[in-house]
Amino acid sequence: MSSRYRILLPVLSLAVLLAAVFYLQPRAMSYFGLNLLFNLAIPIALATIAQMMVIMVNDIDLSIGTFVSFVACVTATFLNEAPLLGAAILLASILAYAAIGALIHLRQLPAIVVTLGMSFVWGGLAVLLLPSPGGTSPAWIRAVMTVKPPLVPMAVVACLLIAGLTHLLIMRSATGTLLRAVGGNAQAVARSGWSVTGLKAGAYALAGFFGVLSGICLVGLTTSADANIALRYTLLSIAGVILGGGEFTGGRVSPVGAVIGALTLALAGSFLSFMRLSPDWQIGAQGAILILVLAVRLLFSRHGKKWRVANNG
Amino acid sequence: MASSRLSLLLAILRRPWFWAFAASTIAFFATLTLSEGRGGGELLSAALTFASFSAIVGIGQMFVITLGPGNVDLSIPATMTLAGTLSLKFMDGQTALILPGLGNALAVGIAAGAFNYLLIRLLRIPPIIATLSASFLYQSLAIWWNRGLRIKPPEALADFATGSTGGIPNLTIIGILIAVVSWVLLERSIFGRWVSAFGQNTRAARLSGVPVEAVRAATYISSAVLASLTGYLLASFSGGAALNMGTEYLLISIAVVVIGGSSIAGGNSNVPGIWGGALLMFLVVSMLNSYGFGAGVRLIMTGAIIIAIVAAASGKGRSV
Repeated sequence: MSSRYRILLPVLSLAVLLAAVFYLQPRAMSYFGLNLLFNLAIPIALATIAQMMVIMVNDIDLSIGTFVSFVACVTATFLNEAPLLGAAILLASILAYAAIGALIHLRQLPAIVVTLGMSFVWGGLAVLLLPSPGGTSPAWIRAVMTVKPPLVPMAVVACLLIAGLTHLLIMRSATGTLLRAVGGNAQAVARSGWSVTGLKAGAYALAGFFGVLSGICLVGLTTSADANIALRYTLLSIAGVILGGGEFTGGRVSPVGAVIGALTLALAGSFLSFMRLSPDWQIGAQGAILILVLAVRLLFSRHGKKWRVANNG
Repeated sequence: MASSRLSLLLAILRRPWFWAFAASTIAFFATLTLSEGRGGGELLSAALTFASFSAIVGIGQMFVITLGPGNVDLSIPATMTLAGTLSLKFMDGQTALILPGLGNALAVGIAAGAFNYLLIRLLRIPPIIATLSASFLYQSLAIWWNRGLRIKPPEALADFATGSTGGIPNLTIIGILIAVVSWVLLERSIFGRWVSAFGQNTRAARLSGVPVEAVRAATYISSAVLASLTGYLLASFSGGAALNMGTEYLLISIAVVVIGGSSIAGGNSNVPGIWGGALLMFLVVSMLNSYGFGAGVRLIMTGAIIIAIVAAASGKGRSV
């Protein structure tokens, strides 16, 4: 699939969905309406970027949902009451992510299993911190998340910022190119003198960093936390990366696409509630939208190069 | 003589499933030490019962994972729930409908597996995303069909699911039968060779005349059928279907496959290890429980143990 198609389709599916929402509910076409539609998309977009960092090096992170929940619990407790200690815990958790990346590469472990194990660990830590829902969002985070910039709502500004900065980092910088190269051909990277262990640890550290941002933003929006707050992010983030034109292997990812994929998933939820669909079918319809978008992507890719992934050989 | 005995011992040590069973035994006795030896029989029978559920879904997941990187069935929990709800509603507590109800559940499994496969084949969606999106549909279908009602299973069926024959829980007998059939299928039949060939090198398998698409369809359908059978049994065992009854089995199904020594990179499966992994998962939780740890510590330890086992069992280098 050429890179032109890779970004065209996510943009198109978001535009179609947005048009459908505006048609159903014209009042959503306003500063306030847009903010409402996309508000909860910010943490999802950040989690999707985190997942993308791991998919970029040919791994998959099944722990991102519990990790974001854990960060949310830390934010609503330690970061609020003892900011220094809270920040130290969050920093340590990013280092833990880097260590896992290094361990996975050094011992040649399957990432899917190690991150599955880590999802139990993060989940356990979150339960220890907040056995029942509670905590308070630090005031400064709340202030950042509810800031009202002129003309364009905060949610849109934030998503543009995330997409722009990660695009610069991953697609335009030397480090980003190296990281994508690890996914493309790790052996070649190693032979040209780079430490693949270091690069993998770096990719996982970036995933941890964006996971931390996601958890902090989430608490800023919800004002409190609980241990299960973001469990669905694991699946949402994987779906977001794929919707955004990323692929599971070969370092073929797109940060802008990932953010758009996350927005599409978040918007699908709003679209369905505007459709006045019975709540029974909300989850199912989200699945149907996902299938539909991927089916359209198949039509697109037939015009491009031959699709190689799904058959793994 | 002595050397052949030694080499036999070494061969057993090198079996991937050995460590899962060894760790299970340790967890079993660690739990017993605390209760000073009392309740060993009950613990064993509880472990065998609950491990049966994990083992049956685990075997299904193993078939899929053996197909190679990227192949994993995320729709297992939703399929379990859908089969459990539909079949219990169909039986409506009537003893005469037990077997048709089982047929109903298995039909759900066949349909779900076929749908998963068609998404992967026709729409070329990566299996992870295909089974994930499909599971959303199954989940909605179960919610819509069930309407929050909790229907009791027929009494005879509930008795069967909670009962035992000759001291062995009925569910365990079913679980072991399925394991034996799967072992014969994978290790002694042409189908098993095809599944491994698919996982080791799909292109080579296709070029040498393996019907790769039929193999893939069969594995996804068997995974869904085993999940629906588990849903049927679990709903009968626990006195009714619940919408969240499959949730924990997503992680467990993947974990038992890996702990049991099957290669996550595909191409190499291991049936006895599934039972070892399933027993271990249950015994670790009950051990931590009996030592009085809370839910948080229990989760952390479970995760740490999974990672430790995988890290210890590897070291043979990456086969991806």
